[in-house]
Amino acid sequence: MSVLPLTFMRIPMRWIWIDKFVEFESGRRAVSVKNVSLAEEHLHDHFPGHPVMPECLMIEAMAQTAGILVGQARNFQEKVVLAKISKAVFHDCVLPGDSIRIEARMETIAPEAAGTTGRITRSEQLIAEIDLMFSHVDQNLAGKKFPKDNFVFTGLFTALLQDVASNHASTEPRPTESGA
Amino acid sequence: MAMSRDVIFQKVQEVLVDALGADEEEVTADATLMGDLGAESIDFLDIVFRLEKAFGIKVPREELFPVESLLNNPELVSNGKLTAQGLAELRAKVPHTDLTEFEKNPDINKLADLFTVNAIVNYVDGRLNPA
Repeated sequence: MSVLPLTFMRIPMRWIWIDKFVEFESGRRAVSVKNVSLAEEHLHDHFPGHPVMPECLMIEAMAQTAGILVGQARNFQEKVVLAKISKAVFHDCVLPGDSIRIEARMETIAPEAAGTTGRITRSEQLIAEIDLMFSHVDQNLAGKKFPKDNFVFTGLFTALLQDVASNHASTEPRPTESGA
Repeated sequence: MAMSRDVIFQKVQEVLVDALGADEEEVTADATLMGDLGAESIDFLDIVFRLEKAFGIKVPREELFPVESLLNNPELVSNGKLTAQGLAELRAKVPHTDLTEFEKNPDINKLADLFTVNAIVNYVDGRLNPA
């Protein structure tokens, strides 16, 4: 497994790609929305005359949604890093003016990692299925030291959560607690 | 919860197809997870998570893939090979794995080859159908 140089990791690396959370059930499920705008510069290159949201940025939207779900489950004490894209299947293109809904579910959480499944929809139409794994990096890579500060959760994203009240009395099934 | 070996193999095969993006026909009993199926370190956790779900069991990390604690102990590894004590520890930790070939030349670089599909089936079989 490759490790980023420490100098790079000291830079607060969060950039916000989703617009806000609309649902958040602690440790179980989170739903965010992203409004796609032609004002996003990359759409003029992807592709000239035919702007389409890059699929890798749909994965980023899911990684942010699911990553914050995973981080919040441990009170943002763990450094949560995307470790694996287990599945990424795309069913349709996303265009400027579209509003997409990104729904992530926690499948498993353990001391060293977490697994999530997710769907992206636009007006109920399935756009993508994206399953991810996240590493709690301090619990892995034995012997390697990471910065003490939590470079993943810098507080930049907390505004995203302002609209949603965490619902601990959810009827959703609990994710598997892995037997570490 | 008794489950036949064939059923266990089929479920393990499904787990590995999903976790490693492998084709079903590649996931044979003798296939090694890293060499043949391309597993990397994070995949081992993914496999553990999926096995726990598929079989409704808890899988302590050190039981199924117990290599790290061995390698970090200088009494158990010498000149890139497991010592006699190291081999004894390994045998105790992986009763579900066939070590006959490995014992002839216990090179730690070959430890990865021990993790075969069959070793996982043996492990799950042992957990679900204790003798």
